[in-house]
Amino acid sequence: MLEIKNLTVAYNDIPVFADVAVSFNRGKITGIIGPNGAGKSTLIKAILGLVKSQSGTADYNGEPLKHFQKQIAYVEQRKDLDLTFPVDVFTLVQTGTYGHLGLFRNPGKKEKQASQAALVQVGLEDFATRQIGNLSGGQLQRVFVARAIVQQADIIILDEPFVGIDLQSETAIMKILKQWRDAGKTIIVVHHDLNKVSRYFDDLVVMNHGIIDYGPVQQVYNARNIERAFSADLSSVLFTEKEVAR
Amino acid sequence: MSSIIDFFTALSRYDFLQSALITAIMVGMMSGIIGSFIILRGMSLMGDAISHAVLPGVAVAYMLGINILLGASVFGILAALLIGFVASHSKIKTDTSIGVVFSAFYALGFILISMAESSTNLHHILFGNILAVSDSDIMTTAVVLGIVLLFVVSFYKELLITSFDATYAQTYGLNVQALHYGLMLVLTLVTVSALQTVGIILVVAMLITPAATAYLWTDKLSTMLVLSAAVGVVSSIAGLYFSYTLNWASGPAIVLVAAVLFSISFVFSPKQGFIKFPAQARNKPNARGQQLLKVHTTAKAKELQ
Repeated sequence: MLEIKNLTVAYNDIPVFADVAVSFNRGKITGIIGPNGAGKSTLIKAILGLVKSQSGTADYNGEPLKHFQKQIAYVEQRKDLDLTFPVDVFTLVQTGTYGHLGLFRNPGKKEKQASQAALVQVGLEDFATRQIGNLSGGQLQRVFVARAIVQQADIIILDEPFVGIDLQSETAIMKILKQWRDAGKTIIVVHHDLNKVSRYFDDLVVMNHGIIDYGPVQQVYNARNIERAFSADLSSVLFTEKEVAR
Repeated sequence: MSSIIDFFTALSRYDFLQSALITAIMVGMMSGIIGSFIILRGMSLMGDAISHAVLPGVAVAYMLGINILLGASVFGILAALLIGFVASHSKIKTDTSIGVVFSAFYALGFILISMAESSTNLHHILFGNILAVSDSDIMTTAVVLGIVLLFVVSFYKELLITSFDATYAQTYGLNVQALHYGLMLVLTLVTVSALQTVGIILVVAMLITPAATAYLWTDKLSTMLVLSAAVGVVSSIAGLYFSYTLNWASGPAIVLVAAVLFSISFVFSPKQGFIKFPAQARNKPNARGQQLLKVHTTAKAKELQ
């Protein structure tokens, strides 16, 4: 279990959230939802140590998460990357082996095979030699998921993986996430599309400058929490249908 | 044509010209390689800054009679650290921080040099004087080339991933900062070597133009490094030839040849697409890809119906 306690993050003295406590379970896909600017990305970046936190601890199975740095795979939002960079699909997937290789060791046969296998898993084996700028958004996202496969991590964190991608890629990625879950990994997904929440996630974290609620999706995904995180309007639109159906 | 034969005759006869050629080739190679990483990291301005910021180091080295590489390295790294410090400890953006720091270092260098030596030296430092390369200069350049090759071969995969996706490198525990400053140190050494051939003012052209030329032709980093080094070498040799034959200053001659090679690439390279090549020549999916595409489009069409 990944346990976050007492986490506070502020940018230039303006707090994003304070004193947050939340936990993520093994063998579950946990979604994090909340309106824009709620601090979803900041929460995972703070967990990863990519942004400075003013206070807080992150423990994995009772030990500091820092000790498991190579056990974490992070699929970030793609918007900041230079897609004209001279790197092809295969090489990009292979960068997933760099953490375990460490310095002064180059990918060998084993790493190449693993990269190839990961490409097959996401259905992109025919694109191995493509420069990454010549892919669709969905294909590119699958390449980054393939890199996470190669990392063989226990904790996988994805930031808005389904934004701007085709349905086929979304399905392919969801299939991989479920395989990871069944293998007992901890999967955390920052998500914005409320429609698929109950279909995609086992657990849910609802955020808005702090944690509103977290737990199994059936308990947490309800009108009250959505109203508190987003708005009463959105909540009524999403939940009246269900109520009527009952 | 006869001037080319003259050039080679002179080359076999005069030691100074041989030294110049060997130095030019080595400098072209190393600046092409390091320059590739500089442009891929979007650090062209940083390359310019570091090359100017070494000037006080050069002056101090003259004054104290120590190796010029040592003096220059200290000031190059100092400038890189200062730029990073100012940018991260204020709301000033990195490019502004670069502008403030490197111009201050450059100004300091001017004053120190005028205190230290005659004006001829300053002229050579600013514009290069490849025909006056000494044997010890060749040795120093060779050592720097060795360091560059060792650095790039040893840290190739780290340089690749930090240039492309530094956040990812950070998440798996790579010391991204250390690699950045390592690259800055190597950049400083390259700058000092390139001082002899093209001078401080034009060093940035040797770093950026060959790399930018190579970048237009390839989608593979390793190919880019080799191609960029080759463009650097060809520019250096051709520039030296023009410099000797037409009595041009060596630095501007070398840089102009590189610029011409870039212009040709800009017009004809497939990546730039200034002149369009048939689209399928570049992006052709293989047979299976096409088959899949067909299946998908039919499936999609059905979906729509």
